Amino acid sequence: MAQASGKSAGKSFFGKFGVHLAVLVFVVIWTVPTLGILVSSLRDKDQIIASGWWNSFASSTQTEAGRLPPPENQVEKDGRFVIEGNIFGDDPPRTISAFGTRAAAPTQYAAGETADLGDGVTLQLNEDGTFVLSSPVALEGSRGQRVYFASSAPPRFTTENYETVLFSEGIGRSFINSLTVTVPATVIPIMIAAFAAYALAWMRFPGRALIIATIIGLLVVPLQMALIPLLQLYNGVGLFFGVPSKTYLGIWLAHTGFGLPFAIYLLRSYMAGLPRELMESARIDGASDFEIFLKIVLPLSFPVLASFAIFQFLWVWNDLLVAMVFLGSGANQLVLTGKLNALLGSRGGDWEILTTSAFVTIIVPLLVFFSLQRYFVRGLLAGSVKGG
Amino acid sequence: MAAQILSAIITIIVGVGGAIAYFWGANRLLDLIFPSRGVAGMAAVDNLRRQGFIRPWLFIGPALIILVVYLIYPVIQTLYLSFHDRSGENFVGVANYAWAFGDREFQNSILNNLLWLAVVPAACTFLGLVIAVLTDRIWWGTIAKSLIFLPLAISFVGASVIWKFIYEYRGDGQVQIGLLNAIVQFFGGNPQVWISLPFWNSFFLMVILIWIQTGFAMVILSAALRGIPEETIEAAVIDGANPFQIFWKIMIPQIWGTIAVVWTTITILVLKVFDIVLTMTNGQWNSQVLANLMFDWMFRGGGDFGRGATIAIIIMLAVLPIMIWNIRQANKEGGL
Repeated sequence: MAQASGKSAGKSFFGKFGVHLAVLVFVVIWTVPTLGILVSSLRDKDQIIASGWWNSFASSTQTEAGRLPPPENQVEKDGRFVIEGNIFGDDPPRTISAFGTRAAAPTQYAAGETADLGDGVTLQLNEDGTFVLSSPVALEGSRGQRVYFASSAPPRFTTENYETVLFSEGIGRSFINSLTVTVPATVIPIMIAAFAAYALAWMRFPGRALIIATIIGLLVVPLQMALIPLLQLYNGVGLFFGVPSKTYLGIWLAHTGFGLPFAIYLLRSYMAGLPRELMESARIDGASDFEIFLKIVLPLSFPVLASFAIFQFLWVWNDLLVAMVFLGSGANQLVLTGKLNALLGSRGGDWEILTTSAFVTIIVPLLVFFSLQRYFVRGLLAGSVKGG
Repeated sequence: MAAQILSAIITIIVGVGGAIAYFWGANRLLDLIFPSRGVAGMAAVDNLRRQGFIRPWLFIGPALIILVVYLIYPVIQTLYLSFHDRSGENFVGVANYAWAFGDREFQNSILNNLLWLAVVPAACTFLGLVIAVLTDRIWWGTIAKSLIFLPLAISFVGASVIWKFIYEYRGDGQVQIGLLNAIVQFFGGNPQVWISLPFWNSFFLMVILIWIQTGFAMVILSAALRGIPEETIEAAVIDGANPFQIFWKIMIPQIWGTIAVVWTTITILVLKVFDIVLTMTNGQWNSQVLANLMFDWMFRGGGDFGRGATIAIIIMLAVLPIMIWNIRQANKEGGL
């Protein structure tokens, strides 16, 4: 017995340590990917491709190409023709470790050395970017000497990427479009579902059980089943009335339709759990169903209404499929997810654009999620029968 | 832009106002037509009964209309279209189904979907359960859970960008800016173009969904674990059960129902997975899945509604058993 307890004590020490370590590993795996794009979105765009984001606090080295000023800048000095200046111009300063004049040997000379370019022409390039090009005869031509150099730049963090994507890549516009889709598509179903849920929970009428069963069935119907007929329907309506078939009204109603089964299911099961005496005493006092709903049930249902609102908001904001089918791809209708998808195609390797756009896309859900996590979890627990 | 914001605000006001006006007005109208106050005796009782007969339909009417237009009619119409040609006009019998099962891309999609179904729900449930058990034992468990839960709020497209950055490939010898290839190179391996590796690329896409959905499984299972009565575990400890026996023989059987719910929920999600495949590979390198194939056929060459509808029906057939099970379960619990 004593032996057994001793063993379990030792085990619990290592066990405890192991648990902390295991959870830490999980947390790191689950947060590092998001951290990666957040850090990258704040980095200088040249540094993003020069080093991994996990090295972003170290100096990054890269090989660059530059051009000296054209010969017209030369001055005659002690019988030689000289061009002096700084290769970086107005760019942020970097430290040069080596340079060269041929693409095949970009780091032929160490910084500060004097390179012999032939015909008596020499070039000296220093660590800080200052250079001296010197020639025995007047330099000719209209273009400056090509120079390659390896530079290391101190880490540079900037919000330039955000300015770029918000104002010139169209993410700002898409952000507004996403809001235009999301807010009404969240508000409309709540109202409609709340009335329906009350009727299904507290009113008696023929066909009630059938309607509830249908709604539970509809919970898991894949969206794919609805797309083609609705596309046909929208095109038909558009043609018949001579209006565009891809409109914000169309997508609001579509999201309302797709969200309704879950909304009614969630609200009904909550409302059905409210105490019966409450309704009955109100009814005895002469309140109609409409008054009971408005003055008693609706205020009491606030937590579940909040749960559904968060769900629907996240679902609509994050949706790509419905937006691609029911909205156009013009700047005035492209939502954030659609824009991000388009950028993946058109700006495939431009990680400063992609990481920043992705972060703009996910920031709203993350904020909603963190501030209202309690309601979100409650809805999740109540409605986990739904297929998401 | 300002005009758009304004029109959105106006629409919200008109929409919400309209809904309020409808519900209030319809109920008021009912009270006026069949007054129950201020009328004597039998007439009041009669009117009250008529009100009780009509009012539920005023409440549920808008919801029913939208459900019929946006879900019930489309389901029937999709079934109808799956037996018709690309324009939806000429009946072709089961030709679309015959095409589907003979088509290489469709077969590949089915295979990939089966692979997704075998891996993702199991991985999410397992990881979710492990994390739920572990985080329940430490003081910073709530913070850990919040952080693991967080990807659930991220869109599939956003998550795809996040992971595409991790899978980013640069030629051998170059600086790797993708985390995975950097790690591989650090340990002396060769960098790979992960999303175009035949067969294995599907797994790299699955990782994204697992990363998103584990938090969901964790939260639900964590709540279920908390619901296990203390006495059952204490009794097992007294009987000398070791932690593994307690976990497998005492805890798991008691949360079996919850595990089934989590599993089926993620299964349905997997059947509909679309965004991840579209944004990562668009079905190239044999990574196609049904939902993306369906979307593809909806618009390919002007759109083939017959084939698109057929693929939708096949996804629906896979969901059908879960749907029937749900309805029967609700029926048993007296929900109907």
